[in-house]
Amino acid sequence: MKELSLNILDIAQNSIHADATFVQILLDETDRTLELAIIDDGKGMSEEFLSRVTDPFSTTRTTRKVGMGLPLLKLAAEQTGGSLVIESRERASHPFDHGTRVTAFFYKDHLDFTPLGDVISTVVSLVQGSENVDFLFRHSLPGKLVELDTRDLREVLGEVPLSSPEVLVWIRESLEEQYGEGE
Amino acid sequence: MKSLEELKAIRDRMQNKVIIREGGAEKRIVVGMATCGIAAGARPVLNTFVEEIAKRNLTGTVEVGQTGCIGMCRFEPIVEVFEGDQRVTYIYVDPAKAKEIVEKHIVGGQPIVEYTIGAAEK
Repeated sequence: MKELSLNILDIAQNSIHADATFVQILLDETDRTLELAIIDDGKGMSEEFLSRVTDPFSTTRTTRKVGMGLPLLKLAAEQTGGSLVIESRERASHPFDHGTRVTAFFYKDHLDFTPLGDVISTVVSLVQGSENVDFLFRHSLPGKLVELDTRDLREVLGEVPLSSPEVLVWIRESLEEQYGEGE
Repeated sequence: MKSLEELKAIRDRMQNKVIIREGGAEKRIVVGMATCGIAAGARPVLNTFVEEIAKRNLTGTVEVGQTGCIGMCRFEPIVEVFEGDQRVTYIYVDPAKAKEIVEKHIVGGQPIVEYTIGAAEK
């Protein structure tokens, strides 16, 4: 992946496929580091699946037997000297607090750090593709906080779908405005 | 922060269109958005379709959707256009081709044969 934001899009799709209703994408950035957390309330993974989930030969997809999403994110984090942690509670054994949390830590000043890239397009793509899922996107940078909570937007929109192209254009402009110039 | 008033205005404009949509969109554009599609450049393609549909005021008559891996990763980004029982599969799509697909196929009604999988396999 050329941008971390593409990894984020890819990993958040896993949350959607795990029947999540609420997905949080949290970016916490300092001058030297970036912490990414993707937290969902989906069905979770069994301990057995969790133990081999960063192995490329583990996948939930049915068209082939290789899944590259988490291995690629793990590589992107570890090649900067950072790390990837995945925690999950399966619905079967945790009926009231199930879900998965993927946390990746990066050192931005490492030569092999992949730039975050166009994270706005990632958010727009996620909202576009999953009308029934709510997203909280929060990016804290030194001196700046960018935030979008689709639950607030839904309240305003009523029966108009979040995934309407006009609404998606508004979301993009709202995020661009919050990032200000240079993003 | 961009004002929620603007969003309310969008809601008011859209409400009529939503009712139209319940009758079913005429055309459906589906973009492959699995790991393979994303790595090959599907995200800007999807976003180009969304922006073109908004810009050309086609909401309600054209729907944009996403799908997972369909097992032809080497041809990604793949875009399928459905209309009635007809399906056209475009391969190696980029934002420029996406714009052209909206203009010629979605609006103009003429599929662009040279971008389809059929043309590549000849």
